[in-house]
Order: sequence, then C-alpha cells, then structure tokens
Amino acid sequence: MTSYLIRRIWQMIPTLLGVILLIFILFTLFGGDPAEIIAGQNASAQQVAVIRHQLGLDQPWWIQLWIFFKEVITFNWGDSWATRESVSHIFLTRLPATLTVMIPLFLVTLVLSVPIALGVAYVRGSLTDRLTMIATTVALSISFLVYVIAGQWLFGFKLAWFPIQGWAPSVWTNLAVYVPLPVLLAVLVSLAPQVRLYRSFFLDEIGQDYVRTARAKGLAERQVVFKHVLRNAMIPILTDISLQLPGLFIGSFLIEVFFSIPGLGREVLLAVNRSDYPVIQATTIYLAMFTMVINLLTDVLYKLVDPRVVLR
Amino acid sequence: MSAAVAATAMRAPRATGHGVWSLAARRLRHDRIGMAALAVVGVFIVMIVLVSLHLLAANWADEPGVHYANPTFLGPGPDDLAMIEPPPGHMLDLTAVDPLAPHYADIERRARELETNIRPRIRTLPFGGDRYGRDVLKKAIKGAQVSIIVGLAAALVATFIGSVLGGFAGFFGGRVGDALEWLYNVFTSVPYILLVFAFAAVSGRGIGSVIVILGLTGWTGVYRLIRAEYIKHSNREYVRAAQAIGATPLSRMFVHILPNVSHVILVQLSLNVVSFIKAEVILSFLGLGVSVDSVSWGTMLNEAQSELILGKWWQLAAATFFMAVFVTAFSAFTDSLRDALDPKLR
Repeated sequence: MTSYLIRRIWQMIPTLLGVILLIFILFTLFGGDPAEIIAGQNASAQQVAVIRHQLGLDQPWWIQLWIFFKEVITFNWGDSWATRESVSHIFLTRLPATLTVMIPLFLVTLVLSVPIALGVAYVRGSLTDRLTMIATTVALSISFLVYVIAGQWLFGFKLAWFPIQGWAPSVWTNLAVYVPLPVLLAVLVSLAPQVRLYRSFFLDEIGQDYVRTARAKGLAERQVVFKHVLRNAMIPILTDISLQLPGLFIGSFLIEVFFSIPGLGREVLLAVNRSDYPVIQATTIYLAMFTMVINLLTDVLYKLVDPRVVLR
Repeated sequence: MSAAVAATAMRAPRATGHGVWSLAARRLRHDRIGMAALAVVGVFIVMIVLVSLHLLAANWADEPGVHYANPTFLGPGPDDLAMIEPPPGHMLDLTAVDPLAPHYADIERRARELETNIRPRIRTLPFGGDRYGRDVLKKAIKGAQVSIIVGLAAALVATFIGSVLGGFAGFFGGRVGDALEWLYNVFTSVPYILLVFAFAAVSGRGIGSVIVILGLTGWTGVYRLIRAEYIKHSNREYVRAAQAIGATPLSRMFVHILPNVSHVILVQLSLNVVSFIKAEVILSFLGLGVSVDSVSWGTMLNEAQSELILGKWWQLAAATFFMAVFVTAFSAFTDSLRDALDPKLR
C-alpha cells in the first residue's frame, strides 16, 4: 500500500510539470503582453518597460519559466492585476461561498439520483422507466441557462418564494435564504444526466449471474437489491463522484454568475474577462493538483469498497 | 453457363451490399426514431445552407418592428408613444428670450428640403421582436446557423486531433505512446471548464476562437477510445498480413485500420457536436463566445434574461425551442447511429 502510494505520487510529478508547462506556453505565447495589460492604455513606454522588468519579461524564456515554476511551488502568485488583492486571499475568501452552494447541491443530487436510478433500473422496460427516460432526454436537451432564467423568473419573481439573488455574511442565513433556489435549479439540471448514467450502472449489475444466484438461493429481494446490486454498482458510481469532486471547488460558475454569489467560479470568470492572468493560472494549476489527489484517493477507496481490487 | 454463375457470384456481394456501412445503413433505415430524428436534423441542415447562401434570414439585423414587438398571434401591444400624455397647463411664450426663435422658420424650411425616409415600424412580428425591434424568428434561424456551424466545426477539429493522436498512441505505443499519454494526463487533470476558460483568456472573441478553444480542449475523450481501438487492431491478423506484404506503418494506420475504427470516430463526432453546441451557447452567453455583432442561441438567451421580467418571453421561447429540437433530434440520431454501427453494444 505504502509503495503504491509513493509510486502514484511520484507519477504525478511529470503530469504536474506538464500542466505548468501548458499554462506557461498558453499564456506566454498566445496571451497578450502582461506588462501592457497591467500598465493600462495610458501608460508611457517607460512605465511598460519598468513593469516588464519587474515581472522578468525581459529575461529569456527559460528564466521566465523558472520564475513561473517558483511561483507554483512556493504558493506565491503575487497580486491580482485587476484588484491588487493577493491571489491566496482571493482563494481563501471566495472558496467558502462556493462550497456553501456546491456541497448541498452535491449531496441533494446524490441522495435523489441513486434511489431514482435504482428504482427505474429495477422496473426497466416498464412505463415508469420509459417515461423517466423520455423526461430525462427532454430535460437534457434544454440548456442549463434556460432552467436558471425561467426558474429565477418563476420562483423568484412571479411566485416570490425565494429572493432572486443575494448573499449574506452568515453561512446560516445563506443556507436558509439564498442557497435554496440555486440548489433547486441546479439539482433539476444535474438530476437527468446522473439518473441516466446510474441507471445504466445498475442495469449492468442487475443482469449479472450473481444476481440470479442470489435469487435462486432464496435471498429476500431487498437483500438482493441493496446488498448485492447496490454494492457492486457503487464502484462506477464512486468513479463518477470522484470526477465531480474537483468541480465542487470551481463551483458552478453559471450559478454563481446568475445568483451573484461571490464564489471562486465567478472570480475566475471575472479574471478571464479582465485578463487577470495570475488568478486564472493559479486556479488552473491548483485545481489540477487537487484533481490528481482526488483520483488517487478514489483508487484507494475502490480497495475499501471492493476487496477484489488489487492496487498495483 | 458456369461463367454466368461465376459472374453473378462475383457481383452478388456488391449488388446486395454486405459491407459494414450498408448493413448499418439498412439497420438505421429500420429504426423509425432514428429516421425521424435524421429528418429533423436534415431540415436544420437545409435551413443552415439557405442561411449561408443568404436566402433565409439574410436581413436578420434589420429592425422592422417596434421595440419588443408582440408576436402576431398576440395582436399588437399598447402603443408606447400614444400613451404619453401631453403635459398639463398652458404653454409659455418664450420667443422673447429664446435665442433660436428668429431661426425657427429657416430651420424648418431647410428641413423640408431634405427628403426624410421614416419607415413605419411594424407593431407585430411573426414571433415577436427584441429590444431593437429585430425579428426574433429570423434571429433564431441565424443563431441556429452560427451555433450549429460552431458546434460542428469544433467537433471536427476535436475529433480529428483525438483520432490522429489516439491512432499514433495506440499503434506505436512505446515512447510515442508514453509521450501522448502524458499529454492526455496533462489535459485531463485540469477540470474541463477551467481549461476552456484558460484558453478563452488568451484568445480573442469570435466564431473562429470558439471553434479553436473547444477543439483544442475537447479531444481527450476521442483520444481515449481511438487509442484503445488501435491497440486492439494493431495486432490483428489483417494488420500483420499488411505488414508482411510491406505496408508502411502509416499506410497500415490509415489505410488498413482507420476504415475499421471509422464507425467509432463517427459516433464520437456526433456526440461531440451536441456537447459543443451546448458549450458554445454557454460561452456566448457569458460573452466569451461569438462577437456582439453576431447572433447565436447563447446571445439570445443572454438578452432573454432581462426581458422575461418585462413579460417579453418570446425570445427565450424561440431560442429554447430551436435548440431543444435540434439537440434532441441530433442526440436521438446519434443513439440510432451507434446502435446501427455497433449492434453488439445494444
């Protein structure tokens, strides 16, 4: 186990270096000149030259890459170009808002989609199953944007059940007042693809021989479904969940934009719109690191869920 | 006699057509949902061709209607100008102090010399008008052209990159395979939406940029599958036979293996079209997509966001309807295509 962990972590290094290289190439070769972005339109040539020198842009590319690399490993990205706020401060202050929305969203979707998927997979081919599948197809064909626009109008404006948007300093106020509507709408959107996916996982398992064996030896239907089918289907479901986890931190940027939630996703989008490179670069690289760690944890979790899995 | 039999036997496979593609086409023809979906997609494609030839919705940017003209079936809305009441009280005579007063007659005479051409604004449009009085139906048609072409082109770029890299990685393995696997790991370790944002941050705005952004970030899924297919095929007998008669590696990759994995590529291509259309709509909505002088379903939804509160629902409805119909039809067609090309998967 320990040797496995060490080897996996060792293997992350080239990938991480690749991500750093990719971001460096992307922003150095194709991005605008950072000095001109920082200096603004009214800067003199001398001011631009000074900034260029400060950022090390007058150095050859390998020194620039080294500067960039040092920023990554020391977690020192300096300040946002647009607001002069330090990047680490942006992370620390925006992340709580994102998590306040994303964690309830993640949990509610999971708690709803697994039973629904198991239910329709169990009665596959029936009217309920087919109606659910048609409903999910239609739901999937409508853009996420439409749900939010129509939902905000209906629940926020017409029925006035929830405030249309807003955010408070207190987590509990947020959870009670401002989070329900975004979570409700986002659950509506993410439920359809998730139910379809999990249904196919359950269908794969229900058709297996061991299910027939379990029934043949006279196990109660409840035991067959919950002990055998559910547990085996947990492996692909776990994979899917692990794929979603990094997304929790970047958040649904659309939700944050629509509902004016001061989270990380909205911050990144703002940074893209005002060419605030340090924020985008830092978010991209740290989320990549985080994704790799989650992937490793998932592989370890497989071992716990399924004793047949051998970690090599 | 025997020659005739031999000739028939020779001709028989061609005449009945037992190739993979003709079998798939036959299976597809028997799939009623698939054919209906194909018909809908066909209608959209004809529409796009007509728009591209400027035969349809060419004047979408004209402003024939009044501000938020009602859809025809709702009848004309209240006239905004007629509702403005004249101010109460009597008019003061300011001639004595107005410095322009001596020139009014002259100004009016000169104005009459110029020919003014005020086009009366129409009170209703077939499916309503937007803020500037543009025809929403024409916008939705023009938007369909932009959104679908962007989705299609981006899918072609992504599928091409994914297939070529996947082919090389799967066929050659070894150093080449390791290097490409590394590239794949790098691209997949960054959450997709962040990757798109990072690319969008450095590229300009416009249709071309959206195609490049989505194409360069979306190839990984295709790569994974095509690589697996090439690994599977590169040791099959027919490929080794080709090697034995002296076919070069590139010829084996593209002449021998490619036709045998092309159905996988085709299915991936059409899956990508749907997801890239959705992505384009979101990017355009956020202002990272097509430029402001163009229209796509995404920019329409962006405008619709503030219109709904005013009770002007038609732009939202038009964009949603067009997009939902196309995406549903295209997804259904893709499902049928997959079933037809790979009956084992069912």
